[in-house]
Amino acid sequence: MSQVFHRSTNTLSRVSIFGGIFILGFLVWAWAELNASNYATRAKVPVNQPVPFSHEHHVGGLGIDCRYCHTSVENSSFAGIPPTKTCMNCHSQIWVNAPMLEPVRQSFRTDQSLHWIRVHDLPDYVYFNHSIHVAKGIGCTTCHGAIDRMPLTWQEASLQMSWCLDCHRHPEEYVRPRSEVFSVAYQPPPNHVEIGRNLVKEYHIQSLTSCSTCHR
Amino acid sequence: MSSDRQPIPPTRPTGHQIIAPGHTFATVSDKISSIVLTRRTPLYWFIPFLIASALLMVFLVAVTALLVRGVGLWGIKVPVMWAWAITNFVWWIGIGHAGTLISAILLLLRQSWRNSINRFAEAMTLFAVACAGMFPLLHLGRPWLFYWLFPYPNTMNVQPQFRSPLVWDVFAVSTYATVSALFWYVGLIPDLATLRDRARNRGARIIYGILAMGWRGAASHWQKYETASLLLAGLATPLVLSVHTVVSFDFTIAILPGWHSTIFPPYFVAGAIYSGFAMVLVLAIPLRAMYGLQDLITMRHLDNMAKVMLATGEIVAYSYIFEAFISWYSGDKYEMFAMWNRMTGPYAVTYWTLIFCNLVFPQILWVKKIRTNVVWLFIVSVDVLVGMWLERYVIIVVSLHRDFLPSSWGIFHPTIWDVATYVGTLGLFFFLFFLFIRGLPMISIFEVRTLLPQAEVAEVEQ
Repeated sequence: MSQVFHRSTNTLSRVSIFGGIFILGFLVWAWAELNASNYATRAKVPVNQPVPFSHEHHVGGLGIDCRYCHTSVENSSFAGIPPTKTCMNCHSQIWVNAPMLEPVRQSFRTDQSLHWIRVHDLPDYVYFNHSIHVAKGIGCTTCHGAIDRMPLTWQEASLQMSWCLDCHRHPEEYVRPRSEVFSVAYQPPPNHVEIGRNLVKEYHIQSLTSCSTCHR
Repeated sequence: MSSDRQPIPPTRPTGHQIIAPGHTFATVSDKISSIVLTRRTPLYWFIPFLIASALLMVFLVAVTALLVRGVGLWGIKVPVMWAWAITNFVWWIGIGHAGTLISAILLLLRQSWRNSINRFAEAMTLFAVACAGMFPLLHLGRPWLFYWLFPYPNTMNVQPQFRSPLVWDVFAVSTYATVSALFWYVGLIPDLATLRDRARNRGARIIYGILAMGWRGAASHWQKYETASLLLAGLATPLVLSVHTVVSFDFTIAILPGWHSTIFPPYFVAGAIYSGFAMVLVLAIPLRAMYGLQDLITMRHLDNMAKVMLATGEIVAYSYIFEAFISWYSGDKYEMFAMWNRMTGPYAVTYWTLIFCNLVFPQILWVKKIRTNVVWLFIVSVDVLVGMWLERYVIIVVSLHRDFLPSSWGIFHPTIWDVATYVGTLGLFFFLFFLFIRGLPMISIFEVRTLLPQAEVAEVEQ
């Protein structure tokens, strides 16, 4: 009876056994990386808006406080998107003829809201409340990044659950004094963990990691 | 049986009773390999295979319906949130245990009679574990997220709850499936090479050739084979005890009366082996008749298996009696109520049927005439399989249906989908099993050859 397999099959089978394991390992690794990547989370991707609103200009340049526009951040789950009127407070006086601002003026004339595109869109099965985070000393920039340097707004963090839990498990690493919550220039001091521990005690911050804290 | 038993070294009994006289190395190889390679596929293979395929279709329909509509399709309702699915899971995983016991423990104990039944018993283990695995997965509600059960680097930064016996279950069962599959495959390699060498058609030679992984029967191959199979037997042996122990933890770790009991692990293991040997007999008795294998799977095998069944059956019987005794002896009114409710409550008929099937009827196995009568053995085996299913049903459903608060009492009613899913896994099991006996040697050729007297002589002469 003739041989069914050529001699080279020996090598081929060895390579395929080892290769199989490595290919499988690589696929699992690649899949995990892809899931955590900015491509999947859409983090760091500037979002095109009907009006190219620049936080860099308004916050970094002009120094407007976050709460001037996001009025409900301290007492509501939702920070609030300003009505067109808020824009017009200034833009009825300055840049009144800028073509870039035409949608704002049109919105004001017709009483139709501007259709801003939501940048931070948490899944519907997650409950999130801005006011409690602000009240417990979590700064805006902790989650939203250096907003004063964003010409167009993007989502800074992954918004993945692991990212939420990083802080919920170790709040002392992220908390800052309440007076600094709205500061965009705040830099954590070298001993921030030590200060953080004290603040956690002082503000009665609980490390809430039970499922129903967010998945209600 | 035969009185011409000669004085023999204890480790290698002669083949007198475990293989019919007149066989040589060649006839053993011919007989077993011809079923796969040369004999025409008989009608008595096609008919059960078609029935099994039809039932497999029922399973696919049931699973599809479940995926579309959710687990509410089953009869589970507060307070009975575990019912048929978990019953079936425990039943199937228990059945698998006999295969591992035969292949691993009996190998280590040098019970060479196991050589002619270990192959299909191990195949039975694999397919039973496959069927068992279906139920917890389908019970998840969102089976496509099953991988959440494993600790893997995930974007949620959450890991399974290692204090939960359900997670231990995942590890116990997946380890069991892996080791069983490996053991079975390693044991198949020399026989796959035999099939490769004997196959006439080129396609079969290539397929068996790839599966045989270049086995040439060289002394170095055999040496590695022996080492590997001993190592795997050593790995599989603790699994026989651990897997069903962990399965029993699913219940005992909970504080429910009727579940919270220290007797469960040994009682579950014995029950598993009990039902497993029953399934091996249910498979072996028709198989040896269909394929004329009475000379390889002899009365001695059936007798031995019946004895194992009897022994494990007695352990199970002891456990039933002690479960009842302890619940009375505890003086705990919840425990006493749970046991009394089992015996006299709405499910009393189920309980007493179970007692009859598992405790009373199998006692006829004490009689040697019954143990060597295939019809009676078959009846007892089916009876034990029914009894063991009922045992899990009683433990799970009857313990759950009377919650601590009488306001949350309820009665479980299975739906057509419960039945379809269960019957469907029977279809899956027999579908795989019939494919196995068609495509692979159902009896280990090379291990049976070692049972021949010729093999003894060769060893003495060395």
